[in-house]
Amino acid sequence: MIAYMVRRILLALLTIWMITILSFIIIQLPPGDFVDTYANTMSAGGTGITQAEKDALREQYGINQPMYVQYLKWMGLIMQGNFGMAIEWGRPVLDVIGDRLMLTIVISLAAIVFTWALALPIGIYSAVKRYSFLDYLFTFVGFIGLAIPGFMLALIVMYVGFSYFGSNIGGLFSADYAEAPWSMEKVWDLIQHLPVPAIVLGVSGTAQMIRIMRSNLLDELRKPYVMTARARGLAESRVIMKYPVRVALNPFISTIGYLLPYVVSGSIIVSMVLSLPTVGPLLLKSLVAQDMFLAGTIVLLLGVLTVIGTLISDLLLMWVDPRIRLGRQ
Amino acid sequence: MTKDNHPLLSVRNLKTYFFQDEGTVKAVDGASFDVFPGKTLGIVGESGCGKSVTAQSILRIVDAPGKIVEGTITLTRANGNQVELTQLQPDSQEMRDIRGAEIGLVFQEPMTSFSPVHTVGDQITEAIQLHMNVTKLEARKRGIEALRSVGIPKPERRIDEYAFELSGGLRQRAMIAVALSCSPRLLIADEPTTALDVTTQAQILDLLRTLQQQNQMAIMLITHNLGVVAEMCDDVVVMYLGRVVEQGTVDDIFHSSKHPYTKALLSSIPSIEMESRVKLPTITGSIPHPYARPAGCPFYPRCERFMEGVCDKQEPTLLAVSDKQKVSCFLYQK
Amino acid sequence: MSEKTLPQDSVKTTVAEEKIAVATQWQLMWWRFRKHKLAMIGVVVLILFYLVVACVDFLAYADPNESDAQRGLIAPQTIEWFDNGEFKPYVHPLKGTRDPKTFKRVYVPDMDTKLPIVFFGPGFSYKFLGLIETDRHLFSVEGADAYKTLFLFGTDVQGRDIWSRLIYGTQTSLTIGLVSVALSLLLGVTLGGMSGYYGGVFDTFIQRIIEILRSIPTIPLWMGLTAALPNDWNVTQVYFAITIIISLIGWTELARVVRGRFLSLRQDDFVMAAELLGCSKARIIFRHMVPSFVSHIIAATTLAIPAMIISETSLSFLGLGLRPPAISWGVLLQDAQNVQALAISPWLLIPVLPVIVAVLAFNFTGDGLRDAADPYG
Ligand SMILES: Nc1ncnc2c1ncn2[C@@H]1O[C@H](COP(=O)(O)OP(=O)(O)OP(=O)(O)O)[C@@H](O)[C@H]1O
Ligand SMILES: [Mg+2]
Repeated sequence: MIAYMVRRILLALLTIWMITILSFIIIQLPPGDFVDTYANTMSAGGTGITQAEKDALREQYGINQPMYVQYLKWMGLIMQGNFGMAIEWGRPVLDVIGDRLMLTIVISLAAIVFTWALALPIGIYSAVKRYSFLDYLFTFVGFIGLAIPGFMLALIVMYVGFSYFGSNIGGLFSADYAEAPWSMEKVWDLIQHLPVPAIVLGVSGTAQMIRIMRSNLLDELRKPYVMTARARGLAESRVIMKYPVRVALNPFISTIGYLLPYVVSGSIIVSMVLSLPTVGPLLLKSLVAQDMFLAGTIVLLLGVLTVIGTLISDLLLMWVDPRIRLGRQ
Repeated sequence: MTKDNHPLLSVRNLKTYFFQDEGTVKAVDGASFDVFPGKTLGIVGESGCGKSVTAQSILRIVDAPGKIVEGTITLTRANGNQVELTQLQPDSQEMRDIRGAEIGLVFQEPMTSFSPVHTVGDQITEAIQLHMNVTKLEARKRGIEALRSVGIPKPERRIDEYAFELSGGLRQRAMIAVALSCSPRLLIADEPTTALDVTTQAQILDLLRTLQQQNQMAIMLITHNLGVVAEMCDDVVVMYLGRVVEQGTVDDIFHSSKHPYTKALLSSIPSIEMESRVKLPTITGSIPHPYARPAGCPFYPRCERFMEGVCDKQEPTLLAVSDKQKVSCFLYQK
Repeated sequence: MSEKTLPQDSVKTTVAEEKIAVATQWQLMWWRFRKHKLAMIGVVVLILFYLVVACVDFLAYADPNESDAQRGLIAPQTIEWFDNGEFKPYVHPLKGTRDPKTFKRVYVPDMDTKLPIVFFGPGFSYKFLGLIETDRHLFSVEGADAYKTLFLFGTDVQGRDIWSRLIYGTQTSLTIGLVSVALSLLLGVTLGGMSGYYGGVFDTFIQRIIEILRSIPTIPLWMGLTAALPNDWNVTQVYFAITIIISLIGWTELARVVRGRFLSLRQDDFVMAAELLGCSKARIIFRHMVPSFVSHIIAATTLAIPAMIISETSLSFLGLGLRPPAISWGVLLQDAQNVQALAISPWLLIPVLPVIVAVLAFNFTGDGLRDAADPYG
């Protein structure tokens, strides 16, 4: 088990390292020296910076030095929690991001909870009652769910909500709470606003999860241990829920490693349509304004959080699965 | 063995088919035999001839798309009542009471017959609690006893282990322990020793014999190892492509077998007297495609004594050739 | 199981069996595929889609980028199919006026005039399939310019005909899917194939890369990369840049499938037999391995295309992918971003339909192909 854990953690570290490189590339991509870009935008905004300040920045980020030095300097700053300045806002990047990162995660998790809550029972039903009317129906609806990209579903939901119920169903908070400091009421307000984005984000994942659960369970149902459980005289429902479902659950839950990046990814673009205060709209805005520190940091933090989430779920899963816990494989 | 003795289980003209898109697999196609209390019935035949499906049919746990389409399976229950298993719903209370409690099944594949995420104890005590109306603690005690009785060392530790932590032999023993935990009156052992080395095999067979003598249990032993049959069984049923081609006592089968298939099977086992390194005779040809069984006698394409115009035209029936021996072959009919 | 179902040397075989025995791998697959009804429907739909791609100019009747404020936001026109009980479709011309109270443009049909729709009538001239000069179009209007009078799916804010734009958008979006999948395939087959065939350290390395790429949220990455594309690039440059960016991140699934097939083939007996018989490695690869997994690759490729299409659509929708004057489904949907506008002109949502239908068709076809390639997988 230790070997597995070490391997898993190393892989996560490797992934994070890759993400830092990718984020660094994104920051470096736009042509020109970003200190100049920075200085120009600042002076356009009225808060000009002096030549001395510019030089200090150049020194800090190692501009004019080889790429890897720049990368190392940047990494060093990040390690100290210095993610740079958001040009357009003239404030530190972390300040600008604020709650948004947390809200992104909250929405993603809500979508995953929704996905599982729906996919699990439907997947079990479809596998056990294979080729039944409802199985076909779920399969078909699932196919359609899979074919609708999250943002289109969001568009449709927004349109329906607006033209039939006359209300804008986007957003995560009511007007009263949007700017308010955190409180129990604000949390409650947030929870009330969660279902729509969670469903919109979760639909295509749900369709995939249903298929995965169905085929996992079909595989397990064929295994001899199911027949031996029946041969012991257990009732059919008990047999299925206790054995094959339990076994099929592990690979099902482990799909979070692939579901989480997928949902986080989707949340970026769905947030645009539903105007959710996540990092999505901020990322787009920063990219359009070529505010690369902000954009790079968002990509970096999103990636790192996703990797950490996946890591935690993998480690938990390992604990639940005796085959891994006891060191087989 | 004796006719006046009442059979515990009586199977007549059992047909179990698998209905698939590609065609119908007639896995069992008219099998008949009896199992007597305290005796061992051996069922032999090549791979795919329907032995396991017969066992599953008796317990009514044939997987979809399989179905019993014809025939009767009559079980005499502990209270003396006779029940017709084919008339019961597979998931009915009565059928579930019979499974595990009156008929125990040792499954063919010891490797995958235990759930990979539940302990052995979980699966043993579950059966005990279900059928014996005892507390959890008591069930665990009995589970440990059951493991001990099949010769598993340190059963109080093993009970909390997972099947993949046990060696193949131990796992097979644990499987037998589960099947025996509720003292069934009939044990169906589907190739209980194929996966094991010779020593372990012998130990397990010994164990089965001892347990049988203790409880007057009937055993239906499915195997393709004729040596095991000679050692263990009182009666033998030879199956080919879902049908019984010959049946009789062990002596009948080994010393005066009638059906060409049985003879071919017997000649393919090595014996000590034989010169070493001589190629064993094999049965020519292979089993026909399951969707396309030959008309007439299913064995004729491979039969040495094939009679043109007879064997490929009509189907032979199982007829008595002596007191206890029956054979299904045109050579012995008329 | 397998040795039971192989009738190699049974003495007599039935006719049906013989038919199966002599059928080639491809025939068997076609028989299995044919049974998959949804997949057959999917194929037909895809063929129709790519016919559209091939004949855009014939199907469109208006210049997709010609705007005219006088024709902004016209609702899809009602077509009268019958004229006096006779099949003779026509439309009424629209007259735009300004509502005196709200100052919004409203369009009133002139019920007295009928403009008959002519099939295969004349319009702007173009080269059919890039070869034949012609001015025939599927639709044209008798006695008037189609682009001024016919609005099958209505117009957008700038008065551009949505039907024609949709046709051109279909061409872009569907070819982007194909081009990116081709690039992905190249990467996936090379890396996955080498990974599966040689195994060892190289395999481990590629596997880790795939694992890492799959655990990173892709959209932010794509956004970051596409945002860096220079603003002054022209439509073609952006088009290829986008395909490359999409395929750079999308090859992992294909590589996984290719590697899996290589691994299972490597263990297959016939490769071993061929190796024992002294066939060279190249010969083994091309004579034995390639045909048997081409089918799997085709299936996986078909299943990968929808993701590519959706990626392009999403990026363009955000304004980070293709940019006007390029037209794609994503670019068209940009107009639908504003809920208020959408509530007034719901036809701006029409481009959602082809996206869903195309993705469904690819998925159905891909599923059918996969089942046909591997009935037990
Ligand atoms: N679930 C199933 N679906 C379809 N066909 C099946 C199924 N189970 C068994 N069969 C078919 O029924 C026939 C008999 O199978 P069975 O398992 O009874 O053979 P067996 O005599 O036990 O062979 P073995 O010695 O290999 O265990 C085979 O042709 C097999 O393919
Ligand atoms: Mg068997």
